[in-house]
Amino acid sequence: MFIKHETIEKNAVLLMVLTTITVAIGGIVEVVPLFTIETTVEKVEGVRPYSPLELAGRDIYVREGCYTCHSQQIRALKDEVERYGHYSLAAESMYDRPFQWGSKRNGPDLARVGGKYSNDWHYAHLINPQSMVPESLMPRYAFLANREVNVAKVARAVRANKTVGTPYSEEQVANVAADLAAQADPNADPEALAKRYPKAVQVPGDGRRVTELDALVAYLQVLGTMVDFTNPANEKLQQ
Amino acid sequence: MSDLAIGAAFPVARPVARAAEAYNMDVVKKFTIAAMFWAVVALLLGVVLALQLAWPVFNLGLEWTAFGRLRPVHTSAAIFAFGGSALFATSFYIVQRTCHARLFGGEALANFIFWGYQFFIVMAALSYVMGFSQGQEYAEPEWHLDIFLTIIWVSYGVAFIGTIFLRKEPHIYVANWFFLAFIITVAVLHLGNNVALPASFFEAKSYSVYSGVQNAMIQWWYGHNAVGFFLTAAFLGMMYYFIPKQAGRPVYSYRLSVVHFWSLIFMYIWAGPHHLHYTALPDWAQTLGMVFSIILWMPSWGGMINGLMTLSGAWDKLRTDPGLRFSVTAVGFYGMSTFEGPMMSIKVVNGLAHYTDWVVGHVHSGALGWVAFISFGAIYYLVPVLWNRSRLYSAKLVAWHYWVATLGIVLYITSMWVAGIMQGLMWRAYDKFGFLQYSFAESVNAMHPYYVIRMMGGVLFLAGALMMVFNLIMTVRSASTAVQPARETAAAGA
Repeated sequence: MFIKHETIEKNAVLLMVLTTITVAIGGIVEVVPLFTIETTVEKVEGVRPYSPLELAGRDIYVREGCYTCHSQQIRALKDEVERYGHYSLAAESMYDRPFQWGSKRNGPDLARVGGKYSNDWHYAHLINPQSMVPESLMPRYAFLANREVNVAKVARAVRANKTVGTPYSEEQVANVAADLAAQADPNADPEALAKRYPKAVQVPGDGRRVTELDALVAYLQVLGTMVDFTNPANEKLQQ
Repeated sequence: MSDLAIGAAFPVARPVARAAEAYNMDVVKKFTIAAMFWAVVALLLGVVLALQLAWPVFNLGLEWTAFGRLRPVHTSAAIFAFGGSALFATSFYIVQRTCHARLFGGEALANFIFWGYQFFIVMAALSYVMGFSQGQEYAEPEWHLDIFLTIIWVSYGVAFIGTIFLRKEPHIYVANWFFLAFIITVAVLHLGNNVALPASFFEAKSYSVYSGVQNAMIQWWYGHNAVGFFLTAAFLGMMYYFIPKQAGRPVYSYRLSVVHFWSLIFMYIWAGPHHLHYTALPDWAQTLGMVFSIILWMPSWGGMINGLMTLSGAWDKLRTDPGLRFSVTAVGFYGMSTFEGPMMSIKVVNGLAHYTDWVVGHVHSGALGWVAFISFGAIYYLVPVLWNRSRLYSAKLVAWHYWVATLGIVLYITSMWVAGIMQGLMWRAYDKFGFLQYSFAESVNAMHPYYVIRMMGGVLFLAGALMMVFNLIMTVRSASTAVQPARETAAAGA
């Protein structure tokens, strides 16, 4: 078993093979069980795939690099739970591609920002953050109000997410355009949308077209609201 | 197992007279120029981001200049453009010198690697600014750029490993072990982390096949080992060649280099979960990550000790060779940040430090103090050799660069220590009634003076780099550094 190091350092192939084995072990031990141990992501009632408008908003969140300043992961620490709400469950990000847990808080955590502020507050804040929070360091995202959401692109996004494993139903895939329009129009009948995507928040929009700003607000408003923590069934969770 | 093995492979101990044309130094020169260019770009962007955090008006209200889009440009420019180009330059130089062989694959392959890599960097930077990003730190390029980078990386591996096979020395020199581990591991990490499905063939947007907690674990397996192999193992390779060269001494301990090489590459891989303490990642994974991060302190310091002790009997050169001063200080910073890192990976410490500017400070003591300084030391050594000049244009300017840059780092990391620890404490402070004492906005407000100090630290570091660029240009251009005819043969054999 014991090989003299001289043998290894004189043989490039051997050196590379041993190096590959050495660096592979840690990753295999830490990653593979996460796919095989069932309790890694405990099933929680209420978590659903994002609605088309929310998904479009999420893609904007990713595109703008919001994760460089905002985390979406409330740690199991007393002060965090008091500041932001119940600590984040694995299931709550199980349809997040990519995950956006983040690593730095130049701004507050957003894992449960949904429902904390009104739609109007979010519109005003994204257009000019300092008008709502004078101390804020956040850039202005007024340009999102001038950009229309491309429905065909959202449909492709939903299909791609379904292909990699997010459980969108055939019905959900078929109704992307309708659900997207309904969520950005407060006068639309919310029933069909609410049936396919419970707790989806309708945003006001401007009545003429669906903008990226509408999509981003719809996404922010659903964050952390899918799981009902007053439901005693969720008390049994171990994580 | 003796010191003989390492000495035999080391060119100092075996002065083979060899014409410079026997090696492909052209690609080394190109990457050296690229490294300095990207250093300035990365540092300039860092200053812009620091300004934005001090005064958000510097976001300019434009989509292309907002912090969220520029931050990946800064990190990619620093790590992959500056660090990467410095590594390509030095690894190609070292592998040819220590193997006594010309770079495998000829001019064409070398040029393809150089221009391909530069093209990748420019395309990646443009794509972030225009709003294309995978949204995973240090892995922001979208799928089409990932595929392109894979081709470049394989070509790099072919050129480097091919040269190893051509070697005329039986032993593979220790620096090359580190470069090999770096090339292999970065390839594995890049392929493992970027498995994604494009929304369509004609769209840049893609969706990761991993989601949530598995995505998080794989991302930090990638992310932390981008630090471990790109920014540590590979730069240790640089250290193992240039410090002995500059000091004129063989590596301190062969045995230590063997032990710390294998233990370092084995343990680094496990450290990723320390980015995910107290999150939804299962506890067993968090604990494994913490334990290995703490143990990692030892092989890290093994490298530091081997680097510093190489100067035994040659410490006086620090007074006369300001380039060596950069290299040695770099090893000092390496030792400091590889102590700080394991400490911050302890769960209770991480509870305070995570999400704060302490982490930002830690990263920069590594990036500025270790990565940039060891590269500067190597480049100060390389430029007169590559361009066949007798010496650097101005040793005094190197000394100025050294002190200005060091002061910049000190301002940067001390301000971030204060800012980060203050943030962490403010977030968890309770008043006498048992309520959280500060709103988040109050903690943001408290950061302002430290963000201004950090920005000034960045300006100093950038100013130092500009001095270096001027000094290097003058070294190549000025008549005062021309090689005297009598010394020509000696220089060619060095």
